[in-house]
Amino acid sequence: MSDLHSPASTGTAGKATDEAPVLATAGADAPSAPAETRRSFLPQSTLLRHLLVLAASAVLAVALLELSSPYQNSQLATLTYYAIAAGGLTVLTGMNGQISLGHGALMAAGAYTTALFLDAEEPLPLPLILVVAVVVATAIGALVGVAAARLHGPYLAGATLALAVGLPGLAIYFHDIFGGEQGLRVRAPRAPEAFGSFIEAVSGNSASNTKWLAYVGTICLLITYFFLANLVRSRIGRTWRAVRDQEVAAELAGINLGAWRVLAFVVSAAAAGLAGGVLAIVVRLAAPSGFTLVLSLALLTAIVIGGLGSLLGALLGSALLVFLPPFVTDLGGDLGLDQTEAAQLAPFVYGVVLIVAMIFAPAGFVGTIRLRWMTAKAKRASARAAGANGG
Amino acid sequence: MDYFVNVTLTGLTQGMIYSAFALALVLIWRSTRIVNFAQGSMAAATTFIALALIQAGQSYWVALVVALASGFVLGAIVERVIIRPVEGGPELNAVIVTLGLFVAIQAGIAIVFGSSFQSFPTPFGVRGFEVGGTTIPLTPTSLYVIGSVLLVMALLVALFRFTRIGLAMRASAFSQEVARLLGVKVGGMLTLGWGLAAVVGSLSGLLIAGGTFVWPAYMDALIVFGFVAAIIGGLDSPVGAIVGGLILGLALSYVSGYAPRGSALVNISALVILIVVLLVRPGGLFSSTTARRA
Repeated sequence: MSDLHSPASTGTAGKATDEAPVLATAGADAPSAPAETRRSFLPQSTLLRHLLVLAASAVLAVALLELSSPYQNSQLATLTYYAIAAGGLTVLTGMNGQISLGHGALMAAGAYTTALFLDAEEPLPLPLILVVAVVVATAIGALVGVAAARLHGPYLAGATLALAVGLPGLAIYFHDIFGGEQGLRVRAPRAPEAFGSFIEAVSGNSASNTKWLAYVGTICLLITYFFLANLVRSRIGRTWRAVRDQEVAAELAGINLGAWRVLAFVVSAAAAGLAGGVLAIVVRLAAPSGFTLVLSLALLTAIVIGGLGSLLGALLGSALLVFLPPFVTDLGGDLGLDQTEAAQLAPFVYGVVLIVAMIFAPAGFVGTIRLRWMTAKAKRASARAAGANGG
Repeated sequence: MDYFVNVTLTGLTQGMIYSAFALALVLIWRSTRIVNFAQGSMAAATTFIALALIQAGQSYWVALVVALASGFVLGAIVERVIIRPVEGGPELNAVIVTLGLFVAIQAGIAIVFGSSFQSFPTPFGVRGFEVGGTTIPLTPTSLYVIGSVLLVMALLVALFRFTRIGLAMRASAFSQEVARLLGVKVGGMLTLGWGLAAVVGSLSGLLIAGGTFVWPAYMDALIVFGFVAAIIGGLDSPVGAIVGGLILGLALSYVSGYAPRGSALVNISALVILIVVLLVRPGGLFSSTTARRA
């Protein structure tokens, strides 16, 4: 019985077949760099390639932020903290096969830390505060990770579910420090002088505080994704995938399963902590109502729809989380629903999309496209080989 | 002393409800190796059906029967249409599907029935019995809760032990392929199992709603507690689910009754209890021998 359901029987990732991808994590298994000899216009070194992508993304992000309205700026700021957390989660779930329903709680840890430090008489510089937020979330993540490393599947989901529901409760219990149900108001940091002159030079727009926060989020997002992208293409990422796909083989190869699982949890907790810090300054509030189970499930939705294990997928999924609700809510209003009913349409659509995606395209958006592309390439290659043999 | 008895009885009553909910999860886990995270919202949906009937003037008992029946239908449909495609696949896919169902049903309830708080009636009083002039903290409602959970458990035991269908269901849970070779319609048994589990889940939803308020997310706490109870018990053992539910009910009741401002600590205590149990026995208290991994 247990054999049928062991992870070992699901190790078909990377096979190019005609069938729809059955494995949710298929999106994580992109071909590694040396295999792509045909794309010679890109540098061979992974680090250099990622630096190029980073520079291009930075230019793109500045263009996007300068060409969009102030409201869209704030939407993009929201997108950055969703995407940072989703990036960490997709590494944990897609690369290492551990599910977490508790990343909302880890974000709360980062957000409350940021709020408390910004409230000081002479606040530390913002980057330092965000680093502290990351450290705090990482510490909590390490604690949870040690417990989580021994669990799998439903047990892990349950433990992290309890984390998502339990941890925000502490904020209510210690209400003298954390402000109870009302939470902590966050004093948003002021933009430095240099930022204003930078914006002036780039586009001539005025440098509002909203814009500054969007830039802070974007910088954090780029740093996080650069770091994560290098990590998953390194020895560490390969080891994680080995642990995910073939526990027994990995253990025989001398990999300490538990330690690597804890490391994956710690890395993704760090991302969640940073996301929480950005959330705190963007939303200007750290309150238990901001870190409900729905937040954790929304992050999961984002990475599943985008394609588990793919950072681009996490970004696209997060964009869906930000831009879909206003759209769906308007649609509901047009259909004659009242405001509270229309507000519920967005989660309804998330849920349905999650189910439909898992049944019909479990590899998610990026994973499905990647698999189709690889299938087509394999077919062409085999056709060429057959033609060569025949002739 | 009175206070202690009071807290204990509250814990037992709550524990019985957690047990019922955990039992529903275990039934599904045994047959399909899937944890049904949507159990809570499915139960909430049937509770709202019952509430709509009661508000339309029907009696509590008619509403109860209709709600349980609709729970069965809902469970069966969910298994056939949504769960069947991911059965036997990777663990992660099934978990994500039931989470999606959880979100979708909860939002669906809010769209259909509204998201305001509504009071749900109870068929019995909530005032304690009087014995020799003093009121003891045992209410007719808690007797009804404990009694109905015990009745349902007895019926389930009878079904699984003494009927052919029960035997067939146990066979399909034990080994699908062998059962299929022996002529058991495994697919039908799985659907039946999900239906029955949904009935038990609905019952726990109706019981916890009795005498308090309901809103679309009112089952969220019960999902977590029922799930923690099932895991404490080992996910695979019905007895474990019941024991786990009672342990959790008592523990949480003592925390909320004795710790200063304890009610804010209930959720985090459930987490601590779960982590401690899993660190000592990663498979839960009643887990059988560990399976080989390859």
